[in-house]
Amino acid sequence: MNSLERKMERDSKVVDLEKVVIKFAGDSGDGMQLTGTQFTDTSALLGNDLATFPDFPAEIRAPQGTVAGISGFQVHIGKIDINTPGDIADVLVVMNPAALKANKDWVKKGGTIIANIDSFSKRDLEKAGYEQSPLEDNSFQGYNLVEAPITSLTREALKDSGLDGKSISRSKNMFALGIVYWMFNRPMQQTENFLKKKFFKKPNLVKANIKVLHAGYHFAETIEALPSSYTVLPANLKKGTYRNIMGNQAMAWGFLAAAERANKELFLGSYPITPASDILHELAKHKNFGVKTFQAEDEIAGICAAIGSSFAGNLAITTTSGPGFALKGEALGLAIMAELPLVVVDVQRGGPSTGLPTKTEQSDLMQALYGRNGESPAVVIAASTPANCFDWAYMASKITLEHNTPVVLLSDGFLGNGAEPWRIKSTHDMPEIKANITTATEDYQPYMRDEKTLARSLAIPGTKGLEHRLGGLEKEDVSGNVSYDPENHQKMCNLRAEKVARVTNHIPKQEVYGKQEGDLLVIGWGGTFGHLYSTVDALERAGYSIGLCQFNYINPLPKNTTDILAKYKKIVVCELNSGQFANYLRMNFQEYHFEKYNKIQGFPFTTTELEEHFKSLLKK
Amino acid sequence: MQAPTHKDFSSDQEVRWCPGCGDYAILRAIQKALPQLERKKEDFVFISGIGCSSRFPYYMNTYGFHTIHGRAPAFATGVKLANPNLSVWQITGDGDALAIGGNHFIHALRRNVNINILLFNNEIYGLTKGQFSPTSQKGLQTKSNPHGTTDEPFIPSDLAIGAQGTFFARVVDTNPKLMQEIFTQAEAHKGTSLVEILQNCVIFNDKTFADITAKEVKLDNQIVLEDGKPMLFGKEGNKGLRLNGFKLEVVTVGEDGVTEDNILVHNATEQDPTLHAMLARMRPPAFPAALGIIRKVKRHTYDEGVIAQIKKEQKDAQFNTVDDLLNAGDTWEIG
Repeated sequence: MNSLERKMERDSKVVDLEKVVIKFAGDSGDGMQLTGTQFTDTSALLGNDLATFPDFPAEIRAPQGTVAGISGFQVHIGKIDINTPGDIADVLVVMNPAALKANKDWVKKGGTIIANIDSFSKRDLEKAGYEQSPLEDNSFQGYNLVEAPITSLTREALKDSGLDGKSISRSKNMFALGIVYWMFNRPMQQTENFLKKKFFKKPNLVKANIKVLHAGYHFAETIEALPSSYTVLPANLKKGTYRNIMGNQAMAWGFLAAAERANKELFLGSYPITPASDILHELAKHKNFGVKTFQAEDEIAGICAAIGSSFAGNLAITTTSGPGFALKGEALGLAIMAELPLVVVDVQRGGPSTGLPTKTEQSDLMQALYGRNGESPAVVIAASTPANCFDWAYMASKITLEHNTPVVLLSDGFLGNGAEPWRIKSTHDMPEIKANITTATEDYQPYMRDEKTLARSLAIPGTKGLEHRLGGLEKEDVSGNVSYDPENHQKMCNLRAEKVARVTNHIPKQEVYGKQEGDLLVIGWGGTFGHLYSTVDALERAGYSIGLCQFNYINPLPKNTTDILAKYKKIVVCELNSGQFANYLRMNFQEYHFEKYNKIQGFPFTTTELEEHFKSLLKK
Repeated sequence: MQAPTHKDFSSDQEVRWCPGCGDYAILRAIQKALPQLERKKEDFVFISGIGCSSRFPYYMNTYGFHTIHGRAPAFATGVKLANPNLSVWQITGDGDALAIGGNHFIHALRRNVNINILLFNNEIYGLTKGQFSPTSQKGLQTKSNPHGTTDEPFIPSDLAIGAQGTFFARVVDTNPKLMQEIFTQAEAHKGTSLVEILQNCVIFNDKTFADITAKEVKLDNQIVLEDGKPMLFGKEGNKGLRLNGFKLEVVTVGEDGVTEDNILVHNATEQDPTLHAMLARMRPPAFPAALGIIRKVKRHTYDEGVIAQIKKEQKDAQFNTVDDLLNAGDTWEIG
């Protein structure tokens, strides 16, 4: 059969899919994140809607071949609206037995498993805790098992490359990628360009990786094990220019946009921490926008330097995850007392303590709301998709600069590392930002307030005639001088609380997806949006009386919240913690009954478990 | 416009240190030094942490920020990076800078941020009422260690030199003229200027520096180092310091064949910190305590480096606006 005949035969076997979930899994040194990202980027350029879920161990190079060391990357692509990275994989690529063991319950019954058969030796099996090969004992009977000698064919392809054994072994992920590209009818151009850029100083590595990529592609084309190849057509997305974007990157860009629109220099004080570091990395690249990224000696210095820069007139942010946020508490209290603008980003991970650094969770909500000494209210906002991290970074900046009060912006590992197509916005699509600053010397007093917002006006050091002192000691109303007066303290506590509460006058009404009234209201907040929306949308289409209310504004809550709650027979609050938002709602709306649905496993919800639970609630 | 005087730098707030506290003299010395610097009043910023000394900004009619315990260097760094044109002064004490804030203290010095740090060292905790501090002499009996401390004290100059500090000076709160002189020199130095002020706490550690500052002993127990001048001191001005092998020793000019040529000449700008460290460690009775500018060396400042990088990136910028960035790279159209 010549290649044209082969192509024709293949075209006749191309199966058109609405959506497909693919997972790449291997040792943390096998390059699975890169492989997954490449497949994602190529699919994005073809116009698929998609969502990704990287899942990796906290160790950089965990023990090879063990279940604990497995790194995975799951991507869900579709020609339909995709809101989650998918519950289980249609296609699973495993580079060794441990990868298979770690993911065996996360591949669809009868799905395709592509296994690197070269790493299923006795020793490999033992390391993964298998007595005999699961590929040979009917464990996967009924599955489409593709046994690919990935290691040996990679070696064979590169035997004359002059590369050392280690470099050759490292390029085997390209072989796996080649197989999957063929299966899903993807062009290899995007990855070839990527390799040329990545290894531009090492042309022999570019050549070798491209060769292996093609070898994988041709292998898949040649063997009979793949009965057909699949295609996922472009999604019917809204008209516009799109790009693929990750949550942490979108967050960084949102701050850049806000700084530009507010005509402010952006200052980031930060200390590296998983999974928030990528925001620091991204902003550090963009010094051309006047961004100052200060990698501090610790988490505390990160926020303190940010507050110092805010005092001196910058748009100040600090980025961290749960343990770092705990360290920043005292300094955040100072920013609340000094009434300075500041955004604290917490990309949440599994806790308590060091917890699960690379896994996702929503368990810092109470810390964001109350994790400080004294009565210290802060505005709390949560992003809910990787792409809308852009919008929420922007809105957090706007609120903090206009109301001169700190804002805590919650993201999580799932959003931060996840990717989705983003219809590119212009910074001019975003609302105007008017930083609340004064240069008028007439009768300036540091704690005079705007009647409507109760925000004080800032006088920036360097402004003539407005010299004044700030500090953490209680402030006298209006003058801002130190005051120990009991009545004044009460008044100031009330003012600070009221100032935050009045932010509700400046935020939009809360929306509900699905049924606007009825049997069941599903409530979520932040990063669970994709899973909750997919589930509620499907149930509503199936005729159930169900709606979803996903909160982004947590403190203050939107004004119409209580109106929404009144319209349903049952309310269930779904969170990746043990019920923090449910308890917050109970405190604020004692007249309603809130059921809880919680998961604390370091993983997002699955739509399957959500659907099952909502159906049971609807039945009762 | 009339030139500003020390009165222009006094705020309207009542000063609330204990009567007789050394802080009053330091406050007055700063208020007198600032007008000599010929800078606009609105460009001075005083940043402090927590402790008696950290109330200082409230008494200055400049921009000021009384922050949280130990973290003032980080706030000061943020202020300086946001606006390098400001003259930033950090006011701190031995507890604030060397106990809870030790980490930020050494990192500010390491980076060489162009700020001035005035370290009020009274070897005791004042505001919390008399516990020993990281600079308390070993054996000092305090409320928190009634049987005497078993801690070895920090020597601030050793920390500064260990952290590659570029400017270290020492003054005493009993010498207003020297304080003013050194404060203006600290501001003139580019980089982190650390001035250790031996400050007397009349309540909890009174006369702890009396062996250095008392009228009857000070001439014999202090040496004010001046760059390029021989290290002479004493009532008669005939005592001097010389090196004997790797050790300093006190000698008398005219005795045992010692001439002025044998006396060390101070070189504050020497990059090698060895002699600076030895000088700064001296303490009576064996040696006079060294005052004045002990170390002043040139090194690029952190803020200069940050601003230079930004300027370079702006010159070579690939994107002019954030919109350019948002639309760069792999994108696709859906029409």
